[in-house]
Amino acid sequence: MSRGLRLAVALLLAFVILGLFAWLFQGKHIDVLSPAGVVADEQRKILLFALILSTLVVIPVFGILTFVSLKYRASKRPIDYSPEWGESKRLELIWWGVPIAIIAVLGTVIYNTSHSLDPYKKIAGDTAIEVQVIGLQWKWLFIYPDYGVASLNRMPIPVDTPIRLVLTTEAPMSALWYPALGSQIYAMNGMESQLNVKATKLGQYKGYNTNINGEGYAKMIATADAISMNDFLKWTSNTKTENNLLDMLVYEEIAEPEIVRDFKSYRLDDTSIYDTVLMRNMTHGAGASMHHSPGATHE
Amino acid sequence: MSDFVTFLIGRMSFEYLPTDPATIGAAIGMPLGVLAVAALITYFKKWKWLWQQWVTTVDAKKIGTMYIVVAILMLLRGGADALMLRLQTAVAVGDAKGPFDADMFQQVVTAHGTLMIFFVAMGLVFGIINWVLPLLIGARDMAFPVLNSISFWLFASGMILNNFALVFGGFSNGGWLGYPPLTGLEYNPGPGVDYWIWSLQIAGIGSLLSGVNFFTTIIKNRAPGMTLMKMPIFTWSVLVTSVLIMLAFPILTVTLALLGFDRTLGTHFFTSDSGGNPMLYINLIWAWGHPEVYILVLPAFGVFSEVVATYSKKKLFGYKSMVIALLAIMFFSFIVWQHHFFTMGAGANVNAFFGIMTAVIAIPTGVKIFNWLFTMYRGSIHFTAPMFWFLAFVVTFTIGGVTGVLMAVPALDFQVHNTLFLVAHFHNVIIGGVVFGLFAGITHWFPKIFGFKLHDGLGKLSAILWQVGFILAFIPLYILGLMGAVRRLDSYDDPTWQPLFIVSGIGVVVIALGMAALIMQIGYSIWKRNELKDETGDPWDGRTLEWSVPSPAPHYNFAVTPTVTERDDWWYRKQRNDTAYLKSDYVDIWLPKNSAVGLLVGVGAGMAGFAIIWHLWWLLVPALLFVVLVIIRQTMNDDDDARVSATELFHEDNLGRRA
Repeated sequence: MSRGLRLAVALLLAFVILGLFAWLFQGKHIDVLSPAGVVADEQRKILLFALILSTLVVIPVFGILTFVSLKYRASKRPIDYSPEWGESKRLELIWWGVPIAIIAVLGTVIYNTSHSLDPYKKIAGDTAIEVQVIGLQWKWLFIYPDYGVASLNRMPIPVDTPIRLVLTTEAPMSALWYPALGSQIYAMNGMESQLNVKATKLGQYKGYNTNINGEGYAKMIATADAISMNDFLKWTSNTKTENNLLDMLVYEEIAEPEIVRDFKSYRLDDTSIYDTVLMRNMTHGAGASMHHSPGATHE
Repeated sequence: MSDFVTFLIGRMSFEYLPTDPATIGAAIGMPLGVLAVAALITYFKKWKWLWQQWVTTVDAKKIGTMYIVVAILMLLRGGADALMLRLQTAVAVGDAKGPFDADMFQQVVTAHGTLMIFFVAMGLVFGIINWVLPLLIGARDMAFPVLNSISFWLFASGMILNNFALVFGGFSNGGWLGYPPLTGLEYNPGPGVDYWIWSLQIAGIGSLLSGVNFFTTIIKNRAPGMTLMKMPIFTWSVLVTSVLIMLAFPILTVTLALLGFDRTLGTHFFTSDSGGNPMLYINLIWAWGHPEVYILVLPAFGVFSEVVATYSKKKLFGYKSMVIALLAIMFFSFIVWQHHFFTMGAGANVNAFFGIMTAVIAIPTGVKIFNWLFTMYRGSIHFTAPMFWFLAFVVTFTIGGVTGVLMAVPALDFQVHNTLFLVAHFHNVIIGGVVFGLFAGITHWFPKIFGFKLHDGLGKLSAILWQVGFILAFIPLYILGLMGAVRRLDSYDDPTWQPLFIVSGIGVVVIALGMAALIMQIGYSIWKRNELKDETGDPWDGRTLEWSVPSPAPHYNFAVTPTVTERDDWWYRKQRNDTAYLKSDYVDIWLPKNSAVGLLVGVGAGMAGFAIIWHLWWLLVPALLFVVLVIIRQTMNDDDDARVSATELFHEDNLGRRA
């Protein structure tokens, strides 16, 4: 192939790929880039800032690569070919110095945002509503101790109100992530982790389990239902009048390993469920008896 | 079952035979393939050849070839896994079912990751190191040739055990790093996780021994005059890698052993109850796992340093910077492991520390890229296939570097961790860095090992297909990750994700075509080997010592041990017209004899692994004893080398240089 033809083919290929991606991404809703929560919004800003910062390195790399590849081909017999030229303190100072400066800036951002967006940090505003989350094989249980209600696979939250999630599991390590609200955190047996979120827009946002915890892992999707405070209070009071109750007995049924995708609301008859689950997995798992007893698999 | 039968067969039972068609096909196909190869060997009466030339060889170049053959076979299997994964995600939207159920899909995910890292990437890295490390430093072989053979056979043994899971027992479904408690007894009582543990344990010990061997070889076996600062950068990269291996692999060994104890002896190191702690496992496995990434990528960096200088016909730019950068990466790679789990809730200060350290590693890495680019600047570049791999590397690796720096920011990592964004990132750096680098290295050094060059055009075609396929396969994954798609996802609800998954699947097919082009390149080159023959021993007008010997390099590498006076010694010797030796330069040399010790240790270790997996305690004790006895016997073997006379060397060397 002649050089012109090769160039034409390469350009055509590049356009086809670019066009393909343009077509693919049109009208797509990208949760991380169109956030509905204060945390996710901050994170989107950091993402864009870090991306722009990195172009300070990427553009020179691609630029120099293109330039040297075109100019110094052997076939062009480069006139300033100098096989013994292999050192320049000044040049090397530039590409040690510039990246160090960039990383110094980024390091500051890392330090500051690690603190300001620490998932454990309470979000400023009204007193946070506490939601206790239990990750199970394969469903999420949300308990609202202060409101006497609980909910399966759905987390109704009032908009513009800080929510403090405390999480544990009675399953292999899991993680809960609402991309539209921002941040994820691991949840583990016998341990408690925390995640603070605050929705700023009404709407339904999907929450995913990001950590594999068995067969039903991909189906473990919980929806955050960001509603007005009035609707939220209405939901809690309606739920409390219904007969669908949650106590330890009902909990044990829910905890059986099984994919459950329905939404359900419960009147909370036992406010200590979360603590009981947390504590019993810390000592010797009563949780273990629901699955396989370790002893039983030894012949 | 009676106690005696249980004693005899452990926990083996018919229920562990595969039941679904795909696995049955593989389970029948693989042994049939092995049988077919065995039949061919018998038909062509090649058993003796195989035994003498390959199985018992202690020649690093041949061991390297065996590593690379195993790695490419595993690449084909791991690649088939990748095709299956993307086939599943292309169809399994909403209620639509893919070809695999969730458990099978998770086994395939786990197998794909495990094979690609432990048996493909490691195999290619160790293969290339074995091919050229002694040649680059003017040595005749590794410091411990028999140990080198043991390392290879432990690697092969781990590989066979790993693949045997497909035939009998099933594989782990716990992800490639097998986090407990999912991989603990409570949630995963079957043999799959045990296959994973013990196959990696065996291969990992082989890797550790390799690290010791490479390190000693570089320290002790350099040609006279080759000071550390006169070593080729590839050698430096191997030195740094071997330090990382020696420091990191013991952690893997201990971690896997403790998980194994939890599963077979009922201990509680990593259980969530009774005082165990799975977070300890996650810390330990990444304390190995992050250095491991650099163990893989640094040799690839080293390859590019040789490749770019050679084909630009110019001295490597900033040699000292390159060495400093390697040492910096060596140091920092040990203090970044926590960035694999910012989301475990360690607290802001811990996250900030590891995040900043991670970002800092980007500095020496960036410096290396600029040094390569300025090696090309004012050079005279020949765009051969290895340079095509280099171009693909710069593009791919830079994108991977940027997304890596994004994830070094803990606050951002909370939005992309364990999503397909992460998956795209590490494929960017591992395929772009390790795979492209080692393919460049294979193409570059192939003539030195086999005596003929690889076809250049097919190599370029392969590089282009890999690059295009790569973009198609992984750019959609970045976007999917930001849309909420997590990793290891066997099905999803959102139909708007499907087109992206389909494009990604097409990308994997294009990569498969790239792989086919690579296989064709090797096949076609073997067919046309007379036309592609390297008569000179120096087909690329090379710079380093390996090009001073005939191609293929004789089993003793150097007929006369070279004396080195400067960096890129061969390049300057050519300029001084100082390339021949006098007859009086040749002296008698002693070379290690072939040895079956490596094979026997590998077999013993494989049996021991199999015994633990199936609880065959009667087999475990003799298997381990066998390994120990074989090694003790070897330590008493004084008749382990043979003389090659000076006359013979002189004769052969000058015959080789006839052209």
